[in-house]
Amino acid sequence: MTAGTMNISHPRLPQWAPALVGVMALAVAGLPALLAGWSPVTWLIAGTTVFLVAMPSWSRVVEGRRAAVDRLVTALIWTAFAVAVSPLVWLLYVVVRSGLPAVNADFLSYSMLNVIGDEQGGIFHALIGTLLITLAAALISVPIGILTGVYLVEYGKQSRTARIITFLVDVMTGIPSIVAGLFALALLVLLFGTAFRAGIGGSIALSLLMIPTVVRSSEEMMRLVPDDLREASYALGVPKWRTITRVVLPTSLAGIVTGVVLAISRVIGETAPLLVVAGATDGVNTNLFDGRMTTLPVFIFSQYASSTPVGYQRAWGGALVLIALVMVLNLVARIIGRVFAPAKAH
Amino acid sequence: MAKSIDVSDLNIYYGDFLAVEGVNMTVKSRSVTAFIGPSGCGKSTMLRSLNRMHEVIPGARVEGKVVVDGQSLYDPSVDPVAVRRQIGMVFQRPNPFPTMSIYENVLAGNRLNAKKLKKSQADQIVERSLQSANLWDEVKRRLGKPGMGLSGGQQQRLCIARAIAVEPEVLLMDEPCSALDPISTSAIEDLIHELKSDYTIVIVTHNMQQAARASDDTAFFNLKRAGGSGHLVEFNPTRKMFSTPDEASTEAYISGRFG
Repeated sequence: MTAGTMNISHPRLPQWAPALVGVMALAVAGLPALLAGWSPVTWLIAGTTVFLVAMPSWSRVVEGRRAAVDRLVTALIWTAFAVAVSPLVWLLYVVVRSGLPAVNADFLSYSMLNVIGDEQGGIFHALIGTLLITLAAALISVPIGILTGVYLVEYGKQSRTARIITFLVDVMTGIPSIVAGLFALALLVLLFGTAFRAGIGGSIALSLLMIPTVVRSSEEMMRLVPDDLREASYALGVPKWRTITRVVLPTSLAGIVTGVVLAISRVIGETAPLLVVAGATDGVNTNLFDGRMTTLPVFIFSQYASSTPVGYQRAWGGALVLIALVMVLNLVARIIGRVFAPAKAH
Repeated sequence: MAKSIDVSDLNIYYGDFLAVEGVNMTVKSRSVTAFIGPSGCGKSTMLRSLNRMHEVIPGARVEGKVVVDGQSLYDPSVDPVAVRRQIGMVFQRPNPFPTMSIYENVLAGNRLNAKKLKKSQADQIVERSLQSANLWDEVKRRLGKPGMGLSGGQQQRLCIARAIAVEPEVLLMDEPCSALDPISTSAIEDLIHELKSDYTIVIVTHNMQQAARASDDTAFFNLKRAGGSGHLVEFNPTRKMFSTPDEASTEAYISGRFG
């Protein structure tokens, strides 16, 4: 073979080409959209389709086959991303729009006690209920979950017991939340009699739903800790339990905290089990162990069930506060994760 | 300080697989002993069985005797944790604890064992260990910075400082220089030479020159056949090993005519 000149430069489309094609695709789709009176969604879908055809075609002519495939796949991935994100954005938009008018200082600081008809009511009792019940659920499930993870990673390895536990945890992940609620109710009734209702029952039900998530995430995180570090610790004459508490857990702490917060976010919006076991009340109850407690999701449900305009309004307001709560939790988890993350090389 | 190690009829297994067979040797105190041999011949396995790190791997076990200072390490009454406090180890890849600063890394052995230390004592241990590891001057102004922020060679010297901070009797080194450049390697070899006056050192290496330069005695391990178990071929003073070895296969390996 003769040594020819190395051919590495090809014609390239300018950087602004996708933007140009995008605008033109929307314009092309806009014409029939105007004439036939399509909805904005149909117009967007048509525009995207035009873009998916036009962009690779232009690229094929100018840049060649490989570049055209690259353009097509890039466009498809962006489309998939947009499709995945749009329901979330839409949901946030609707909740903020419908809920914001309901949220004010009174809404956050008053309960529904003795509120009749269209009077100003509040979610204070539900906020307290949600925070207490979720906190208690976390207090129950975090130690159990992390210790189970420690057993699976450090002690169980591939033993039969460990495999059985892993299987049961997987099964537990699939428990319908209402079943967890009924179980907690049955437990309380068995222990304290048929008329007993208390927030702690809700915590028990929620912890059943949280434990599998906490076990799974802490197990995965501890598996990521390199064996090198365990061996380094053993070689210094450090006993196994200290190696776990002082080396393995701190190294994986950021991930474990994130897993715990995700588990909390998952259960904080549960309605069915709490409706069953913690019941509903209009007043503030700060005692987890006595009397009914309302949580935000239950509040939203009961206000919606009232089928009055004020009820709908309060339900939307409650939904907005609940979403804000989950967002704050996630932010806190990110901050904690960053603070505890093992130091990186510069 | 510094004890000799007597190994007799040692067989080391991974599950049913006999990895190292029938080793007899005496590692002298206050000297450097090098283990050489081809990959997979059981040098590291042999080294790890000297401080009971071998059994950390599931299914791994040992037959035979390792006697340090008159005590058999594999006696049922012996606590492996106590053994490892006396016989320290430095690994092939530097492994400082990522959650700890340089200062905390050096003290890890003491702190993790919940030893109560006064601030002045702790400072003293950190300075002395880092001095011995030839790292003090490079890090004395940033002891609070994370250990992972150091270069590879510095990290390895930090691990050595960490290992000697607990004042072990014996220091085992598993290819401590294999991931390092020649300058860091030379620094660590100098360090080994200095540490020899206080510690008994056993070092696994793939580098013939390193074995020749740094060690007093050399043990050559080899496989009986491919996929079989490793065994000790020859154990002699390094000078004899590299000039007039007893075994033909030792000479072949050392001079590069192996295989």
